[in-house]
Amino acid sequence: MTLSTFCRASGTHVALAAVAMLAAIVIFPKVAPLYTLINVTLYMSMGVFALSLALLWGYGGILCFGQSAFFGLGAYAYAIAAINFGDTTLASAFAIGIPALFAAGLGYFLFYGRLSDVYLGVITLTVTLILFKLINSTGGDAWRIGEARLGGFNGIPNTPLLTMPFTGIPLSPANLFTLACIALFATYALCKRLITTRFGRAVIAVRENEVRAELLGYNARRLKLAIFVISAGIAGLAGLLFANSVFVSPTMFSLSMAAQVLIWVVVGGLGTLFGPVAACFALQIAAAALGKLGLIDPNIVLGLVLVVFVVFVPGGIQPALAALLARILTPPRGSPGHMREEAAR
Amino acid sequence: MSVHLLEARDVAMHFGGVKALDGVDFRLKKGELRCLLGPNGAGKSTFFRCLTGTHKPTRGHILFKGTDIAGKERHDIARAGIGVKTQVPSLFDGLTTHENLWLALRTVRNAVAREEKIADVMERVGISPLRDNVLGRMAHGQRQLVELAMVVASDPDLVLLDEPAAGMTDGEVERLASIIRDLNRTHTVVVVEHDMHFIRMIADQVTVFHQGRILAEGHVESILANQTVRDVYLGKKHGA
Repeated sequence: MTLSTFCRASGTHVALAAVAMLAAIVIFPKVAPLYTLINVTLYMSMGVFALSLALLWGYGGILCFGQSAFFGLGAYAYAIAAINFGDTTLASAFAIGIPALFAAGLGYFLFYGRLSDVYLGVITLTVTLILFKLINSTGGDAWRIGEARLGGFNGIPNTPLLTMPFTGIPLSPANLFTLACIALFATYALCKRLITTRFGRAVIAVRENEVRAELLGYNARRLKLAIFVISAGIAGLAGLLFANSVFVSPTMFSLSMAAQVLIWVVVGGLGTLFGPVAACFALQIAAAALGKLGLIDPNIVLGLVLVVFVVFVPGGIQPALAALLARILTPPRGSPGHMREEAAR
Repeated sequence: MSVHLLEARDVAMHFGGVKALDGVDFRLKKGELRCLLGPNGAGKSTFFRCLTGTHKPTRGHILFKGTDIAGKERHDIARAGIGVKTQVPSLFDGLTTHENLWLALRTVRNAVAREEKIADVMERVGISPLRDNVLGRMAHGQRQLVELAMVVASDPDLVLLDEPAAGMTDGEVERLASIIRDLNRTHTVVVVEHDMHFIRMIADQVTVFHQGRILAEGHVESILANQTVRDVYLGKKHGA
């Protein structure tokens, strides 16, 4: 996909996403049972998480194996800040700010140290696993930040729910669903907008050819660091939503969480935004259904899905569907429509 | 302040024990078109890479518009006003010609001015029909021209071209020579090349590299008539 394709598609896609979001907000809480509403809120938070890597990997060309580090940091930062401050609005800012700050520090060493892509993947994965081990070992009263006990492998079950600003009234599941919808749409629209800006195009230029971008005067390392930080902030937002849908636990840093988001992006389509979100929803629904059946471990199916997509649909869902749609809409060779098109050329 | 746009003083580049450059002194006036030539391994491409920021010289200074750029980052050197066309075309392969040129116009903020400039450069280099072609699917000669167009579009003070005619057909080489001569009307140009036919088509002044040093410098015909230079090119042992 090229720059101009992004520009042309941007407005239409965002408008469609806005309509879908409004429809979901209006209809879904009225018809869905509470359990489904909470589950879909959870999927929405994962959708935001998928967008964070779709932006970083698909457009920045940075394969981060440890995106879950920022996801988990966002959730923990929110929970700890909310317990200590007693205010969830400020804590929400922490949920985005702390992962972004952490990414700025980590990214500085990664990008300014001119580490190759392979090392970047290894280091980000290692950082995630270190955090996973560290958080898991924080059981007992000694491990607390202010009033917040980290809770080891139990996590922080008493994570305060988001409250209405200034009133302190906790959000209901329907309110949380609405918030998750808005967050997913806003993140999608932000990413769409971002890739059409001068900054976004420069990031794509670096992805395409870092040396050429630098020879044209683009500061590749700074651009990579910037997109890394933005992506971490988005992952932190996803962590905040997840923390409000379930609760904060070390599994957020786990290897399976780090792998899941990679699978969503690959299956959805690298270099797309809608695809990874769609893949995230589809695979989570499938995993939940398989889990209910209890016939096979959902992770095995997830692995198979990844293999099938890598081998047979390497471009992912979104480009494959777009190609299929184009084939359907193109008149068959020899038909009057085709001849009219040929004549027009 | 130096009267020269570019001045290299005692530039050396060592790779372990290998001296790729060994004390190069080089001066270039504004508006010049200079060809750097020499056999393989003479040091011309290493010198070129020192100018672009790809290599950090082991020793010496490279003054561009009076500022030492030796060892600076590639993007800083580009921002200082040096445009580079590499030996193997280095392009944004997944993007179209138009998008490549869009990215080359980093400093142009106005959308209308940018589109006008893109159209102008494409016309000047003769690649207008390739506007919406994706670079990854284009022929080598076309890619060379698009990369040259990107350098022209960025409007640098100094244009560095590394073997721009490599892999081109005779017709494309002639067109390229005409473009470079035209470019030299407004820009200072340095061309690294070893194709004598092409050098004769574009250059007045040449600098010959040999074994990491400058062997000779002067008008193209007198240099090519120089027995030492001929010996180097024909493989006769220099100084024998």
